[in-house]
Amino acid sequence: MKRPLIRDSRVQAALPPLVVGVAVLSLWEGACRGFAIPEYLFPAPSVIAASLVQNGPDLLRALWSTMRVTLIAFALSTVLGTLVAFLFVQSRFIERGFFPYAVMLQVTPVVAVAPLIIILVRDTQVALVICATIIAIFPMISNTTVGLRSVDPGLANLMRVYRASRMQTLLRLRIPSALGYFFAGLRISSGLALIGAVVAEFVAGTGGRSAGLAYEILQAGFQLDIPRMFAALSLITAAGILLFLAMSGLSRLALGSWGDPERV
Amino acid sequence: MAALAQSSRPLAYPREVQAEAAASAAERLVRPAANAAPAIEILSAEKVFADGTRGLAPVDLTVREGEFLSLIGPSGCGKSTLLSLVANLNEPSDGRLLWWRGGFDGVGAEGRRMSVVFQDATLMPWLRIASNVRLPLDLAGVRRAESAPRVQAALEGVGLGEKGRSYPRQLSGGMRMRAAIARGLVTEPNLLLMDEPFGALDEFTRNKLDADLVDLWWRRSLTVLFVTHSIYEAVFLSTRIVVMAARPGRIFAELTIDEPHPRGDAFRRSPRFAEYCQRLSALLTEASLASDPATTEAGA
Repeated sequence: MKRPLIRDSRVQAALPPLVVGVAVLSLWEGACRGFAIPEYLFPAPSVIAASLVQNGPDLLRALWSTMRVTLIAFALSTVLGTLVAFLFVQSRFIERGFFPYAVMLQVTPVVAVAPLIIILVRDTQVALVICATIIAIFPMISNTTVGLRSVDPGLANLMRVYRASRMQTLLRLRIPSALGYFFAGLRISSGLALIGAVVAEFVAGTGGRSAGLAYEILQAGFQLDIPRMFAALSLITAAGILLFLAMSGLSRLALGSWGDPERV
Repeated sequence: MAALAQSSRPLAYPREVQAEAAASAAERLVRPAANAAPAIEILSAEKVFADGTRGLAPVDLTVREGEFLSLIGPSGCGKSTLLSLVANLNEPSDGRLLWWRGGFDGVGAEGRRMSVVFQDATLMPWLRIASNVRLPLDLAGVRRAESAPRVQAALEGVGLGEKGRSYPRQLSGGMRMRAAIARGLVTEPNLLLMDEPFGALDEFTRNKLDADLVDLWWRRSLTVLFVTHSIYEAVFLSTRIVVMAARPGRIFAELTIDEPHPRGDAFRRSPRFAEYCQRLSALLTEASLASDPATTEAGA
């Protein structure tokens, strides 16, 4: 016996946001048409969609450029951030010595540093990657450090009773304990890498060095092509959502079987 | 019926209790022999914590091979601290400990193996039950081909033969505790340290596990050092009970449970059992009074 579609739990979960989305889009479309709002002020969804199709090739090329920077920066933050976290847990001295500077990296707005980096680094792509990495690396460092330290004291005692070596404790206890935090870090970091990439592109774009979706938005702004601006914006949002879903899926795949309370 | 005859007498103090036990031991089969070799010797071990509180006043205690020795006492009496000293998870501030008449380095050799079962099951949530049980063997570098049948035997020994492929979260609290015991036994230890292992379980499960444990101890000739809060549990399991008092943590009294093994439900329901419980309860009340900060400070 097949259950009716409406009772399927996945349908039930997807239904409310779908209803809200459709309602908002219809209201938006209706308002734009009803009040005859000019599209250079606030375009209707249908106009944005048309612009998306019309400028498809350009926008997709820009999206690819942005995503490349994002993914490289994300990969760099993951690798470097994890390495730094491992260094931090090796000794309190290293952590105390370097942690304030990691915080400094985090609290300095990348918009403020980006112009400097873009001037200093000749290759625009490299400069963009550096900016995005600066933003994305901090959650990897802090989450993985906390994770590596968040060992259940009972399990730590157990390892001591059975005389586990430092390496055995690291591999069998510390790393598995840290995985939940690590994946939470990945989710945050992936989003930040995208933000970092877009912000850096804006700065580079205003300096006349073209790249990515932010540059598209800037150009569309100069030309008062507001639908194209929205189209580019929607692509950035879609990319962000995709990254988040990918990281959540990865986390579920890796942690699914343990019943980890932190899993999303 | 030596135990019953004592009920009308005033409270017996440690030396007398021991002497009486020794006298009646001649008539019955009670393990271990009073002259068995020492497994653990605690020699004037003292523990002062960083904040200056005395966790343990100098304590002298010998755990003999084959004994089932329980530590009981009001909270803060240092029974868990004492156990952690024996487990070498903690070092005494003063005094020393001997394991099989030697240092801790000798522990782990044939005939000198030690295992610990903690208050919680402390299973790794990311490992299946069988892998959790195998952990001590893996850490010791035992090959898979050799460890697999031992793990299975340990699991069957605690009634979890079918659960090896489950994850800890799929088991009940009692089953998780059984898995922890299986992990403790897989190395075939000579000495088993247990820190209130069944404290978080319901009465029924606890009685069941107690019965299994005492059976295991009997069959395997284990030496057990057991920390508990429960009078009934201590009386049911132990050959000897050490009552501790707090502020500072110290040994207050000893009680020998002079009752043949294997013990079963018949013992639990017997008047002798009630008698032992009453005496232990009286000793605990005294120990609590002696641990009261008001009385101890007035005395000091």
